[in-house]
Amino acid sequence: MTERRVVVTGTGIISAIGHNTHDFWNSLVECKSGIGPFSSVDPTLMRFKNGAEVKNFDASILIEKSDLDLMDRFAQFSVVAAKEAVNQSGIIFNEENGYRSAVICGTSIGGVHAQEQTYIDLYRDNKSRVHPLSIPKTMPNGAASNVSMQMGITGPVYTISTACASSNHAIGNAFWLIRNGICDQALAGGSETPFTYTFLKAWEAIRVVSPDTCRPFSKTRQGMILGEGSGMIVMETLENAKRRGAEILAEIVGYGMSSDASHITKPDQKGAERAMRLAMEDAKINVEQIGYINAHGTGTLVNDTMEVAAIKNVFGNHADALPISSTKSMHGHALGATSSLEAVATIMALKDGILPPTANFEEIDETCNMDVLANASRSKSIKYALSNAFAFGGLNAVLAFKKWEE
Amino acid sequence: MSESIFEKIATILSTKKGIDKESILIESSFEELGLDSLDAVELISDLEDEFNVTIPNVELQSIKTIQQAVDGLQKAMGS
Repeated sequence: MTERRVVVTGTGIISAIGHNTHDFWNSLVECKSGIGPFSSVDPTLMRFKNGAEVKNFDASILIEKSDLDLMDRFAQFSVVAAKEAVNQSGIIFNEENGYRSAVICGTSIGGVHAQEQTYIDLYRDNKSRVHPLSIPKTMPNGAASNVSMQMGITGPVYTISTACASSNHAIGNAFWLIRNGICDQALAGGSETPFTYTFLKAWEAIRVVSPDTCRPFSKTRQGMILGEGSGMIVMETLENAKRRGAEILAEIVGYGMSSDASHITKPDQKGAERAMRLAMEDAKINVEQIGYINAHGTGTLVNDTMEVAAIKNVFGNHADALPISSTKSMHGHALGATSSLEAVATIMALKDGILPPTANFEEIDETCNMDVLANASRSKSIKYALSNAFAFGGLNAVLAFKKWEE
Repeated sequence: MSESIFEKIATILSTKKGIDKESILIESSFEELGLDSLDAVELISDLEDEFNVTIPNVELQSIKTIQQAVDGLQKAMGS
């Protein structure tokens, strides 16, 4: 039996640089960063003042108020992004195909806004009770569950929480479910809304957030910048997509994952290398075929140096001719959602033949000496691309995508 | 007192759930008003806050109509 091919037919985005795929992609191509002073937490209480917040988000246009009340901000993001992806794909979920469909969502922290409110009610305002919907709004599966309810998807629905690799694990698992014949179509991606006072304070304490902006691979980089958002993609069998006459945006061809099993925050180069190698092995391609990597590129001293060293080890001489970029410099590090945003960026890069840049770039750090697409996108048609995610806890997930062709 | 409780319930349901105030009657069941079990928990929770009382869980689960909500509140207030 020949292996089932899995293609992407829809994408949806909520981000600091666009509330749909079109605006998001235009911002990336034009190297427009969404990083700026945040307003949802009082910046005078914080050491760092900048973030990539989603401004003016209004879900009430697309979601009934009675449904909206059940969702924390991260779940609202997922549902809106999922609706965009489904609309683009033209897929209809019904009783016939619903049980052969999956929803897999990544999130690192779930409904922290509802949780924060319980702290405020109890510890600050000395109330004796909290909102009755605090549990369904806080639970990390709130996004996946609400997406399945809105879409009528009755097959495998679950949430993956692997910190900053969550969405790549979610997309990769959905890809394998379809390729292995367990499902025929899936909605997968992730969402995150980290701008609460307690959570920002926790990031402040661990000392990896930049006081200015996110400058991946630059000598002057000072750390990551938190972002919020959601990316959701519709994927299905090639056969399905063709039968429906859907526009195919890209093919998903490989998924590799590994665990460092070494340190809870310090990444191990060997783990990153293994995940990239496994993704290419899964896709049955060799290193010379990769034309672009959407790097994890957090902008921290440790990650960027480790990641470039890992890429050079895996790709050998081909690394000299291999463009990479970190789009986190524009949409921020949206934690459990970040690799869903980057997956969409990679899909669009393959589709349009444009490689998105690394914004805010200054001077190359010698330990990151690669073609990092500094401050400008590049027109270049490529056939295969990787999207890397290396999480706290040493959990790595890498996806391989292919430009769509018969 | 029961009239002010009823008035409060009608206000909560019309503002939070978008139910037409005219359609809310003392004898209305939650089901008739399109309220599910989670909506009922929300309503009782709001009423507990408003009147600063506590309704035990077992009693809350047996409240299925506006009348029962009013009675439950009055009982909790000891009136």
